[in-house]
Amino acid sequence: MTSNFPTLVVEDLRTYFYTKAGVVKAVDGISFTVDRGEILGLVGESGSGKTVTGFSIMGLVDPPGRVAGGRILFKGDDIAGLPDDAMRTLRGNRIAMIFQDPMMTLNPVLRIDTQMIEAIKAHNAVSNDEARRRARDILGRVGIPSPDERLKAYPHQFSGGMRQRVSIAIALLNDPDLIVADEPTTALDVTIQGQILYEVQKLCRESRTAMIWITHDLSVIAGLADRISVMYAGRIVESGQVDEVLDRPLHPYTRGLIGSVPSENRRGVPLAQIPGMTPSLLNLPPGCAFRARCPRADNACLTPPEMTLAAPGREVRCFHPHLA
Amino acid sequence: MTVFITRRLLQSCLVIFVMSLIVFFGVNVIGNPIDILINPEADQAEIERAIKALGLDRPIHEQYLVFIQRAFEGDLGRSFVFGEPALKLIMQRMPATLELALCAMLISIVLGIPLGMWAGLKPESAAGKSIMGFSILGFSLPSFWVGIMLIMIFAVMLGVLPSTGRGQTVGLFGLQVSFLTWDGLAHLLLPAVNLALFKLSLVIRLARAGTREVVLQDYVKFARAKGLSPSRIVLVHVMKNIMIPVVTILGLELGSVIAFSVVTETIFAWPGMGKLIIDSINLLDRPVIVAYLLMTVFMFITINLVVDILYSILDPRVRLQDIKG
Ligand SMILES: Nc1ncnc2c1ncn2[C@@H]1O[C@H](COP(=O)(O)OP(=O)(O)O)[C@@H](O)[C@H]1O
Ligand code: SF4
Ligand SMILES: [Mg+2]
Repeated sequence: MTSNFPTLVVEDLRTYFYTKAGVVKAVDGISFTVDRGEILGLVGESGSGKTVTGFSIMGLVDPPGRVAGGRILFKGDDIAGLPDDAMRTLRGNRIAMIFQDPMMTLNPVLRIDTQMIEAIKAHNAVSNDEARRRARDILGRVGIPSPDERLKAYPHQFSGGMRQRVSIAIALLNDPDLIVADEPTTALDVTIQGQILYEVQKLCRESRTAMIWITHDLSVIAGLADRISVMYAGRIVESGQVDEVLDRPLHPYTRGLIGSVPSENRRGVPLAQIPGMTPSLLNLPPGCAFRARCPRADNACLTPPEMTLAAPGREVRCFHPHLA
Repeated sequence: MTVFITRRLLQSCLVIFVMSLIVFFGVNVIGNPIDILINPEADQAEIERAIKALGLDRPIHEQYLVFIQRAFEGDLGRSFVFGEPALKLIMQRMPATLELALCAMLISIVLGIPLGMWAGLKPESAAGKSIMGFSILGFSLPSFWVGIMLIMIFAVMLGVLPSTGRGQTVGLFGLQVSFLTWDGLAHLLLPAVNLALFKLSLVIRLARAGTREVVLQDYVKFARAKGLSPSRIVLVHVMKNIMIPVVTILGLELGSVIAFSVVTETIFAWPGMGKLIIDSINLLDRPVIVAYLLMTVFMFITINLVVDILYSILDPRVRLQDIKG
């Protein structure tokens, strides 16, 4: 199937949680595109709606939440609101997800082979032997030594880094077109993080898989992604090519995020943290959601800014972007 | 594994020894069996003779030493009433009690786990709420009242099931069992349901609580993200996890089911150990009481050991060495 459609087009996606306290607009009208062999970085502080975005694409938003609007075009077909049966044939098959906490994602009482083979057999009519062989090969590919033996182990017999490799292997089992990686290295130490980043990137480029890499850590995204979208309070506030955004951030929030990343040339200098906290999504003040924390805020910011084209391929949602 | 089992066996011996002391002396301070066993008209000489025959003339610590000595030879004393070895009396009745208890356990598990999981998966549904309501009733209604109601409805009013006895039994590995004949099964049903009711309620709650907790775990969401069918997620991913607490607690409860069967056996005239112990208490048949209590302790200890081993099999994270003895 060599369609001309991009792998994933998200248009004006809205995912709301209808809680007793009110409607939480966790994702409030975001749009982006990822195509074959491309890695999109989705960046933002904790609570900005990144995970909910990932779950929305997977069709895994649980009540009281639901996708309340917008379209999720997977290779041209709208999969938002697809019945669960139909969604299930895509999940883990054409679209896979890697979760944040490797200690929690594998079932503690099932062996690794069980958890891998079931994922293959859910989508392919293959024999157990064949499924096992495939599981073992992929385990080897993600850097697990002696995969034949390790298949028989239980999750608690692996370190955190190794468990995340197993989760990545599971995501790769059915050679998906799209992988949503939700902060897969956040819980790991820096060395292991580096190894995994390198390997995932290699695997992805080789198989031309489209990938959304979710993180709150800009230093992770720099060498990995092609483009990034910066999320704040359920909206995308800036997007563009990764180098351009990191070198010349337009949005005050992006600037703040970059300022809070420790880097070589500023060692010892205190981090320029963004003052204040992510606002409660329950009752966002009118106007720009970043207003309370923004050094550039003025009266214009009392009305909500729209996403505007700042340069070819660069968009920003701000009345006073850092253009110069 | 062997270290663990050896340590546990040593501990068990100690527990049984301490229990034998408590039980033996405890039983000897209540009542006077002679008053019950001997015709009140009997003269003093006859009473003396009876006391001597039963070995009650000697000081209690001597009685205990004799008891222990004989216990090592497999003799837990002779029933005052039947004149037969107490152990033999108990062993004769034990199959009936075990059959009843295991049958009750089976009912609790086979019904309790699916019902509890259903209630846990759909806590807000009418079915989920009814199941919970049922389990609250099962917890709070007194066992003897339920037993009498069961007899009233099924034996008296509908006349479809017998209300007393074991019915026709057949031999299986040298034991007499009811469940292999239709008549026996019919006799087994009401007492087993009666005895199961409390445990069934317990299993429903455990399974429901476990399910509610497990479905929120990341690994269940990850299983969904793999595209597994809901039945595979529930029957493999969820059920395997909730089986750990259910089996552990239920195993430990098996002992109390056997103990509780006293009430059920009395109501349904089920010829098991429970009925024997009630009769023996009424007649102050000390050797039978002592032997019964020691057998019960022995059974509890064995069950606990088996449960711990089972637990380590079910939960790969647990190694036997780590379980506190
Ligand atoms: N089950 C839920 N009920 C209510 N609100 C929720 C729920 N899940 C997420 N949210 C809301 O969505 C927001 C975004 O969450 P999330 O996507 O997990 O953030 P991120 O992954 O960027 O850290 C949270 O701040 C929270 O307010
Ligand atoms: S719109 Fe105003 S408040 Fe919002 S980021 Fe831009 S300058 Fe700051
Ligand atoms: Mg998250």
